Amino acid sequence: MNCSEIRPLLHARLDGELDAVNSLELERHLKTCAACTAEAKSLQSLRFALRKGDLHFRAPVSLKKDLGQFVRDLGGEKNPHKETSRQWLWKFLAFGATSVALLTLLLRPAGISAPDALLNEAVASHVRSLQVEHLTDVVSSDQHTVKPWFDGKLDFAPDVKDFAGQGFPLVGGRLDYLDGRAVAALVYRHNKHFINVFVWPAADAMKPAMEMRRGYAIINCATNGLHYCLVSDMNSTDLGELAGLCGR
Amino acid sequence: MPSSPGPLGKNIIPPGIKFLPARSGPDWKRTVSANEAEQFERIVLPHLDAAYNLARWLAGNDHDAADIAQEACVRAFRFIGGHRGGDARAWLLAIVRNTAFSWLRKNRPRAVVSLDDDELVEIEDQNVPSGAFHSADADALRAALAALPPEFREAIVLRELEGLSYKEIADVAEVPVGTVMSRLARARRQLQSHFAQKEGES
Repeated sequence: MNCSEIRPLLHARLDGELDAVNSLELERHLKTCAACTAEAKSLQSLRFALRKGDLHFRAPVSLKKDLGQFVRDLGGEKNPHKETSRQWLWKFLAFGATSVALLTLLLRPAGISAPDALLNEAVASHVRSLQVEHLTDVVSSDQHTVKPWFDGKLDFAPDVKDFAGQGFPLVGGRLDYLDGRAVAALVYRHNKHFINVFVWPAADAMKPAMEMRRGYAIINCATNGLHYCLVSDMNSTDLGELAGLCGR
Repeated sequence: MPSSPGPLGKNIIPPGIKFLPARSGPDWKRTVSANEAEQFERIVLPHLDAAYNLARWLAGNDHDAADIAQEACVRAFRFIGGHRGGDARAWLLAIVRNTAFSWLRKNRPRAVVSLDDDELVEIEDQNVPSGAFHSADADALRAALAALPPEFREAIVLRELEGLSYKEIADVAEVPVGTVMSRLARARRQLQSHFAQKEGES
């Protein structure tokens, strides 16, 4: 075999799809041909670069959650909101302009790591935590119970405090997933409102910034190396108070 | 409006895949059994990352990728009765690629080149230097991959990022295995020359 016959086989060899006969011939050729050997090495290094280049995109959490919700609604088990369920069904199945526009608007503004995406994720997480009755993995108003519970589940230690004295009793905590990483979700209560406080490590400090999304108030701030993202349906003033307590 | 079975017309439908005519709009009103929802959860959802990854590489941006992946999953749900065991991931990826290419043809007709796939024995340009890629940073690789024609990009994504075999890629892309090999070789050749050029410039 000459080089031009060998070249296509180098790909099959790289991909582990070469049959035994060709394989023997190829290896024999490679022993004597520096150019083809260099090409084989180049292909190998291209493969290496592609695989370690972190080129794999992961589905946004919002998409996962929407489809998960879609399925649960289709399952239709004892769903008290029949109408809502049907709306979901239509939204996905019709796949019309409405759904696209709605979803675009509500769930997924452009940009991978834009703060917008984070805000929407945080709100979606908050809503889910209340919807599926998975508010907490560890239920306790005792910060000394909640904090150790996170041990070994996260690569950092969230600061867990109870603010019952200030009107924000600690309800518990759970693991959640935000902005492409595992985060601690601390749950507080204020009167009848629940507040999710998502905590993860932050590189830089950040002054509290308030945002509204779909009627939920969100406050982001970073202090002492931790990022706090607070989400609740209560008014932003009270939420700000809690943010102040967390960041203290 | 019924959808055509595959983008290339002469489809080689992978085993386990049965393309039903897509039904959309208000005429689609059948009741959904809990069983189907369970199937969807079991068969489709675990491969959502792979579905999104392919959609993202074909569409080129997050926004359209999410729309495509979502539509593909909904289609997968409609076809769920057509899934006869076999590799669920390849099955879902076939639906994603069909959805993506329909979308590309509609929204970016210029991006979809018609490849002369009969020209399988391409005379390879052997003058492209065989460089090493260890130094190629992720951004440069991403850009080079994004610059490939969609059929080539698809072949690389399925092979290198999803680890599919030639046969599985052939099933997903609905082309013969020989075409897959040719596309992969040409795609790699283009990536190599992309970096060879860059090196020459610097």
